[in-house]
Amino acid sequence: MATDKLLTVSLVAADRVVWEGEATMVIARTTEGDVGILPNHAPLLSLMVDGVVDIRTPQGETWVAAVDAGFLSVADNRVSILSEHAEMSHEIDLEKARHDLERALAAGEDNGSATEAVRKAEARIRAVEKAS
Amino acid sequence: MAVSLREYRAKIKSTQSMKKITRAMELIAASRIIKAQQRAQAAEPYARELTRAVSAVATFSNVDHPLTRETTDAGRAAILVVASDRGLAGAYASNAIKEAERLAEKLRAEGKDVALYVSGRKAEAYYKFRNRPVVQAWTGFSDQPTYDVCKEIADTLIAEFLEDTHGVDEVHLVFTRFVSMLTQAPTALRLLPLEVVEGTEAPADNELLPLYEFEPSASDVLDALLPKYVTSRVYHAHLQAAASELAARQKAMKSATDNAEELIKKYTRIANQARQAGITQEISEIVGGVNALADATAGSE
Repeated sequence: MATDKLLTVSLVAADRVVWEGEATMVIARTTEGDVGILPNHAPLLSLMVDGVVDIRTPQGETWVAAVDAGFLSVADNRVSILSEHAEMSHEIDLEKARHDLERALAAGEDNGSATEAVRKAEARIRAVEKAS
Repeated sequence: MAVSLREYRAKIKSTQSMKKITRAMELIAASRIIKAQQRAQAAEPYARELTRAVSAVATFSNVDHPLTRETTDAGRAAILVVASDRGLAGAYASNAIKEAERLAEKLRAEGKDVALYVSGRKAEAYYKFRNRPVVQAWTGFSDQPTYDVCKEIADTLIAEFLEDTHGVDEVHLVFTRFVSMLTQAPTALRLLPLEVVEGTEAPADNELLPLYEFEPSASDVLDALLPKYVTSRVYHAHLQAAASELAARQKAMKSATDNAEELIKKYTRIANQARQAGITQEISEIVGGVNALADATAGSE
């Protein structure tokens, strides 16, 4: 495997491009479980669930983002992560996320939208904790 | 004469304050339009990637999805009209509504029932005033549409479309396309059933298209992809409409300011004339009075 190849990653939310750049590895959570994408990965189109996306850059940095359910598409070393809402870990307001989580938990578990809110808030908190 | 002079002065004053307001609105619209354009540009990558993903799935698997299925005997069609919340934007809202009316007329001629969905207070008011039933209206965000509201609209329309018995068989979208600062074109397009454009970038003959692996399966991916595609189309339409609205408002307010200037010029001329006439009259009265006095004294001597 050619080691000099890099992934071109774009993390795109519905209203803006959240992150764009080169990476050596991308980890995302799909409906089937976590996948790690390395350069020269086979073309893949997969569904993501609310969760955390990990992007490792060639400089050894790790970018963490919290995303809503969306898509991951890989082709020709281009990785596109599409999500309706996406936030980088440093953009997330941890206090607010905790608060959202509490409120969503209080709303009850049988409520569909509340469980969704719980998942989203948890993903955001996880993203911040992972980054720090 | 003095009375009309005062009247004209009052008119000049009120036109001047009107001009200040329209000038301010013009500047506000001008500054917001840049932001609206930026927002439209920022949303483009998502739409592009989504279209790419949809065409990828469409190229590699058989697209047979409820959202793309054509019905031969469409009985009910929905129209989503995207207009503005506020007026003072020239013919912007009425142009969009007119386009919607044209489309409704065409659909009725084809023997379809038309269900109206509107976005924007102006369109809502238009149909309410005419006592025409509107199935659902969304208002209060026309100059800054957010993705969440558009998602709500799209979800409603998709639910209506997927409803078997008394849902709609077609969904049309009427919005104003932002062509340039000077031109905005009211546009009607069919949103559902979706026409999937296969292979937006035609690959060269010797180049092999990537053979995608779908997880969990092609149909599952399509299931999740298509509603998002629809939402993105609705969002795109709203962003275009917002930019168009602001451009139309800027243009309307610019011509209002220009007209106010013209009016002020005209009134100032008339007022000057009136003042001059008043002075002339006073002079002639004085001269006349002096002459009369001189004649009277000359006669008595």
